[in-house]
Amino acid sequence: MKNVEVTPGMFSSAAVKPSLKTPITLVAAAMTILVFFGFLGKSGDITFVWSDKRELIQLPPFVVNSMFFCTVVGALLLMIGLLSVALNIRGGKTPVWLIAIYALGAMMALLGWLATEATQGVQMVFILSNTLVLAIPLIFGGMAGIMSERVGVVNIAIEGQLLSGAFVAAIVGTITGNLYVGMIAAMVAAGLLSTVLASLAIKYLVEQIIIGVLLNVLVIGITNFLYSAWVDDDSINLNFPGTFEKIPLPFLSDIPIIGQVFFNNRITVYLMFILVPLLWYVLFRTKLGLRARAVGEHPLAADTVGINVARTRFWWVTIGGSIAGLGGASLTLGNVGSFGREMSAGLGFIALAVVILGRWQPIYVTLGALLFGFTIIMKVWANQVSPGIPVDFITMVPYLVTLVAVAGFAGKVRPPAASGQPYVKG
Amino acid sequence: MRKKKEAEVTKPAQDKATSVLHEIMAGDPVRIALSVLLGFIIGAIFMVVFDKNVVKAWADFGADPNYALSTVWWTISDGYGALFRGSILNFNGDEFATIIRPFTETLRFAAPLIMAGLGVALTFRVGLFNIGATGQILVGLAGATFVSTRLEMPIIIHMLASVFAAVLCAMLWGMIVGILKARTGAHEVIVTIMLNYVALSLFTYLLRQPNLLLEEGGGGTPKSDRPDGTARLGLLFGPEFQLHYGLIFAILAVVFYWWLMEKSTFGFRFRMVGHNPSAARAAGIKVENTFVWALAISAGFSGLAAANQGLSVDGGLTTSIEAGIGFDAITVALLGGSRAGGVVMAGLLFGAFKAGSSTMQVAGVSPEVLGVVKALIVLFIAAPPIIRAFYRLPVPGPKVFESAQKAKAAKVIK
Amino acid sequence: MKLELRNITKRFGTLVANDNISLTLAPGEILSLLGENGAGKSTLMNVLYGLLQPDEGQILIDDKEVKFSGPGEAMAAGIGMVHQHFMLIPVFTVAENVVLGHEPTGKVGNLDLEAARKLVKEISDRFGFDIDPDAKIEDLPVGAQQRVEIIKSLARDARILVLDEPTAVLTPQETDELMEIMRGLKANGTSIIFITHKLREVQKVADRIIVIRQGKVVSEASPKATAGELASLMVGREVDLDTKKKAPKIGPETLVVKDLTVLDDRNQQMVNGISFSVHDGEILAIAGVQGNGQTELAEAILGLRKIHSGSIEVAGQDLTKSNVRQVLEAGVGYIPEDRKKDGLVGQFSIAENLMLDGSFGKPFAKGVQIDFAKRDEIAEKLIEEFDIRTPSKDTLAKQLSGGNQQKVVVAREMSRDLKVLIASQPTRGVDVGSIEFIHEQIVAARDAGKTVVIISTELDEVLALADRIAVMYRGRIVGIVDAKTTREKLGKMMAGIAA
Repeated sequence: MKNVEVTPGMFSSAAVKPSLKTPITLVAAAMTILVFFGFLGKSGDITFVWSDKRELIQLPPFVVNSMFFCTVVGALLLMIGLLSVALNIRGGKTPVWLIAIYALGAMMALLGWLATEATQGVQMVFILSNTLVLAIPLIFGGMAGIMSERVGVVNIAIEGQLLSGAFVAAIVGTITGNLYVGMIAAMVAAGLLSTVLASLAIKYLVEQIIIGVLLNVLVIGITNFLYSAWVDDDSINLNFPGTFEKIPLPFLSDIPIIGQVFFNNRITVYLMFILVPLLWYVLFRTKLGLRARAVGEHPLAADTVGINVARTRFWWVTIGGSIAGLGGASLTLGNVGSFGREMSAGLGFIALAVVILGRWQPIYVTLGALLFGFTIIMKVWANQVSPGIPVDFITMVPYLVTLVAVAGFAGKVRPPAASGQPYVKG
Repeated sequence: MRKKKEAEVTKPAQDKATSVLHEIMAGDPVRIALSVLLGFIIGAIFMVVFDKNVVKAWADFGADPNYALSTVWWTISDGYGALFRGSILNFNGDEFATIIRPFTETLRFAAPLIMAGLGVALTFRVGLFNIGATGQILVGLAGATFVSTRLEMPIIIHMLASVFAAVLCAMLWGMIVGILKARTGAHEVIVTIMLNYVALSLFTYLLRQPNLLLEEGGGGTPKSDRPDGTARLGLLFGPEFQLHYGLIFAILAVVFYWWLMEKSTFGFRFRMVGHNPSAARAAGIKVENTFVWALAISAGFSGLAAANQGLSVDGGLTTSIEAGIGFDAITVALLGGSRAGGVVMAGLLFGAFKAGSSTMQVAGVSPEVLGVVKALIVLFIAAPPIIRAFYRLPVPGPKVFESAQKAKAAKVIK
Repeated sequence: MKLELRNITKRFGTLVANDNISLTLAPGEILSLLGENGAGKSTLMNVLYGLLQPDEGQILIDDKEVKFSGPGEAMAAGIGMVHQHFMLIPVFTVAENVVLGHEPTGKVGNLDLEAARKLVKEISDRFGFDIDPDAKIEDLPVGAQQRVEIIKSLARDARILVLDEPTAVLTPQETDELMEIMRGLKANGTSIIFITHKLREVQKVADRIIVIRQGKVVSEASPKATAGELASLMVGREVDLDTKKKAPKIGPETLVVKDLTVLDDRNQQMVNGISFSVHDGEILAIAGVQGNGQTELAEAILGLRKIHSGSIEVAGQDLTKSNVRQVLEAGVGYIPEDRKKDGLVGQFSIAENLMLDGSFGKPFAKGVQIDFAKRDEIAEKLIEEFDIRTPSKDTLAKQLSGGNQQKVVVAREMSRDLKVLIASQPTRGVDVGSIEFIHEQIVAARDAGKTVVIISTELDEVLALADRIAVMYRGRIVGIVDAKTTREKLGKMMAGIAA
């Protein structure tokens, strides 16, 4: 008798080459920038305006020739791209920080190219702070998505949660005259809405996607009705909350560029700074998070160790919903200053995309939301500095990026295994 | 109560979930009727509570209780009465045409809802959630508009060519979803949502291009010319009615859908993939290809809706011509249980809501309340537990029979 | 700790899964619950573990009545359970899995993973398990995963450990190791309830045996009883393990598999360069412990799974690159191992299920339309022929019993014009009566000159049907032997030890 020879590698992964997608994308985009923005670019000057005239420390504007700047940046990006190819050939992956540097460079080249010869120049503080403010509802919505999908409930109702939050925040804020009360009311309202999603999905096992879609339709219906039948006639007394005061943080807000962008904001932005890391910590470093993820991955296994699956799902979905309500409040009380019909305008669906783009991880989701925020402001700004630019294509970019990401990730990045699946005992 | 518990235990989780979906699709008529009724009741409550006259009357309830109560009644009857007058029959009219016109308006509004609703319904039955009717309609509109405003052809042929262009463009757009899903496993919900936005931007871009869709002499606003007279969907019953040939396309679409899903082998395979893709795969069906085709055909129905919209307008087109039909189509398909007959009924109901909106507005009741009613009705249909709890209906017992003897007995009797 | 179950009854609808069952478990005892699939063993244990509530009866621990509304309470009372399907979260580490539900935490509710690692290490060392606390579950072999499950219970101070069909996924060697572990636990004072339907294992390790049949305790037996005695207690009559069959009339070579290599979804080599051929009129049984590549082999032959290298031929026709439809049309019939997943559409009627793979042409389709009259006629005929017990051809497949569902699959596959029949676990989860019927049908197909491949993890089934036996281990064929090979030798081959 002899043992059958067991070769090493049997049952282990057959050699799979790391995907060439990332390096190819990086090189191709770098070539585009180098050729079209650089060699064939515009001959005028770019003025990068770093300061907002409010910081203590002022940086002088930076003026540079557009062709020269884009050629240099393009060449640098090409080097990063080639480095990525080299790493790939050696079987390595391109590190995330390298991609971040690349993204920053590409953004500067794009901004510069767009604003060549524009009198107002590239207003960095304006662009970045608007990016942040516009991303806030997406980030909160994305957190709601993470919290419910991590426990295995698909949340298509983010749109409705945002919209209900925006509505309630504006109305309650106006009636009580206290915006903080409005904000809390928004969280309660969106949280209550989420209990409908949670209980129908968890207790009655209704298809989660259907419930989500219908809750959106319901919230749109109700807010449209209340707006036209009640609020619109009496806006002054019902829908005129204004926005939260901006609170500049001492010292921090005087730092050039980032000071005004990050540290002179409304409470909604600061809450985001707190909640995102907090959610990350709870999810990956605490007992609550471990249990929640267990419920989302393998509910039966969680049940057999005494974790109450239904209760866990219910509370995570509900609390997630109230955070989305906060996102709604940040639309009205943190930006616009009043409620408008269907003002969430699909942000909830974008949040859904951002959740996937960010792989169900709070920090990445926040970055994804910022990308969308950036393109929203770009659409406005690009049209100002460079009229005639096809803004429709700029609008398209984040959606295309999401499509590419969703298509590219599939199979590599796994959503929570039990996402969308009801759990029945026995 | 006890019975319910048993029912819950006997079925495994997966089975239970699909059975709920099937409960929706089975569409028990009593439950549907009760859902519609409850939707209207809650809608009435909304109307009353947010009506200024009613609120004022109830504020001085003591002064004139009869008046307070009667305001409630009048608000509801004004609202729903106007809805009836605007969507079914107008008895205030003095000639037949005026009386019957509201119903033809309902038909006119229902046609695109039914066509797009069939599209979404088809994907439901293949087990896909296609939220992309909006985008497919927009792309279809681009095709229809190009052919109907930029090409010259004889009458009828031009119209058919425009419809064909709408269907073809929409189908290609729908195929993208199928191909992405088949090739990469990307979830169709997220793909279709993204493609809706891309389609909106794309259509807007095309509408801005002078050599493509922009109206002659047009400037910054994305707007097209009016479709050529040769390409327009003609009126069915003369100038007194706005009803046009879109209705004929809707009827053809319904018949085709019914045949496709219930009678043809394609439908059999679609349904098989919808119920159990892995068994379908083992039975030699290319599931991925089925997804691609199902999404393409589904989008084709949306393309018909696009043609209906784009070839019936009097003025030039803007993106608003889509009119939320793509999103409404989802609710139509859900309410209709994804069956041909159900989709027709659901489309008529929602068409009536659209037709009745203007008369409600005139009657001083916000027609937006219909949005609430619509959402509630579909929610109640989709979530049977709510309606059961409200009306205290019994839970249907398990139809599973375990004992072989019983089955054997049945066999012997036969 | 002493455990007593008193008159436990559990019903599902009209089905009585546990009928008035009573048993006792003494401290430090290994009690074996023996019974066929579906006898009600797992239901009873789920009742004990708080996953199901009994309709009647009591659970007593140390003579005090207890009621468990959930597994958490059962665990707190000292009951641990290792489920047949492991209750481990694949993307978590060993330590995270072990502490899940009773996590050691720091000051702000943060996880104390260091403490968790120490706990795993300590238990693992005490019993010689050799488990790395930081390994991810999905990277561990099944044997190690099972040890993680045991650690999980021990970490909760389980005094009573329920092992539900623990050997189903193990090689004979790993099974022996498990037996050692069980003895070690027993020496430590842990009581064990060992659920199985494998007689030999019971004889090896049990102190006492309780036999359950159709939800009732049939009798108590001693481990010294012979396998034949135990088997007849289990199934309720003298079992004739041999299906009567004539000597095979071997025809030409029809199915030829050469150097076949197949990868699974995670790119692991599950089938590793195997070759074999099967003749007309012959049954080749592929034996082996579950998860050694049999599933992937069957899927590759059918065209469900891409072939990495090698070739497959049926009657001279090369099917290496063919898709499922082409393979089916080449005359291959397939009875999948999981009928609910791959064999049936539960929401379809029997008539529709009988035409699942027939929608492309005659006799079921006329052009692109379904020929409903023909479909119904064929359904009536097959229901009669294959003894499918149902009120009507329009009954939904999901409403049938397991045995009748399997007969629908068998009827569909065998009614086609076949050259080769691949049957994976053809009688899994099927009642005894249907097993016999299905076995007869398979033998009849072989006698009609078809080429038959049976893939089974049940040695009894393999021995009952096979003309030749191929044993698979870790993606390879250890050897192809004749049907008269002893169980002992087959057992060794299943552990990878070639003769």
